[in-house]
Amino acid sequence: MTPRQRIAAFGVAIAGLVTCYLWAFAGLPGFGRYPGPYGPVILRNAVAQTNATGVVSAINFDYRGFDTVGEEFILFTAAAGMAVVLRLLRGEGERSPVDEAAGRRVPPTSGAVRMPALLLIGPTILIGWWLSSHAQTDPSGGFQGGVVLATAFILVYLSGEFIAFRRISPVDLLDAVEAIGAGGFAAIGVTAVALGFPYLYNFLPLGHTPGAVSSSGTIALISFFVGLEVGAAFILIVGELLEQTLIVRSR
Amino acid sequence: MTPVAAATPYPVPNALMATLQVTLLVLVAAGAFVVVRTRDRVRLVMTLSAYGVLLAVLFFAFQAPDVTLSELTVGAVALPIAALLAIAKVRKREE
Repeated sequence: MTPRQRIAAFGVAIAGLVTCYLWAFAGLPGFGRYPGPYGPVILRNAVAQTNATGVVSAINFDYRGFDTVGEEFILFTAAAGMAVVLRLLRGEGERSPVDEAAGRRVPPTSGAVRMPALLLIGPTILIGWWLSSHAQTDPSGGFQGGVVLATAFILVYLSGEFIAFRRISPVDLLDAVEAIGAGGFAAIGVTAVALGFPYLYNFLPLGHTPGAVSSSGTIALISFFVGLEVGAAFILIVGELLEQTLIVRSR
Repeated sequence: MTPVAAATPYPVPNALMATLQVTLLVLVAAGAFVVVRTRDRVRLVMTLSAYGVLLAVLFFAFQAPDVTLSELTVGAVALPIAALLAIAKVRKREE
């Protein structure tokens, strides 16, 4: 194939793509005009049905909870895959995270990094905890909360040493927390089945006040478990990457 | 079954909100261009992180605070950290 033929073939392909793309665009509903029936139905009924004012969470953890279980296990699988791929290989040894070049001095963490990181650890944990436990009332949820909680652990690394990060995040404990989080979500669904409801049916009492933290039945509980799972998974992933960068070196 | 009420149209924003939304859309497009054009790897991560913040603001202006939070945590924090660590690892091997 000569370059000219190649360009001609590309021209035909791109013309076809542009035509189809513009054609598809012309048929789109107008900006913000949602044509389906599902959205309005949910908007009208969600708060009355679930007592959760965080309607997005009601959708994620109740109406389409089954999808969310799958999504949660994507992250679970990612963390597990990471642990498998980044394990110590034959011929690799663990060494302490100190610089090995004799003449080179590792610059200490600058105060400009250390101070803000130290100051932010507390508030970050608070925000992460708040997000994980308020899915039912506010735009938040276990996923966001879990990642924010994991960020607090990364701040510990930034403000100190890798050793400190390792000490506060033992892998065995994180593995257990991640398993409890992922398993807890699935177990809530199975419990509903055991009680004679469909999988992930919201079987807990919904509370009396929409928008109260204690309202919304299984939605709040699932969000909490998701927070555990996501937080532990992210700390594991980052820890695994830090270990690869700082400790594991081929012999 | 009675037909569901006509789809709720997006509440037409006032001129100020519309301007904000259009500005953000343009900024996000420009930001994507900057990210793609950045060649240096560490700088790329920084622009990517800033782009994540920009996207988060965009989602917020389009009334999606949930997505804003997810984008902030994953796009602006988690992804850049993972990318930075991977770069550090590769660099170490190259030395």
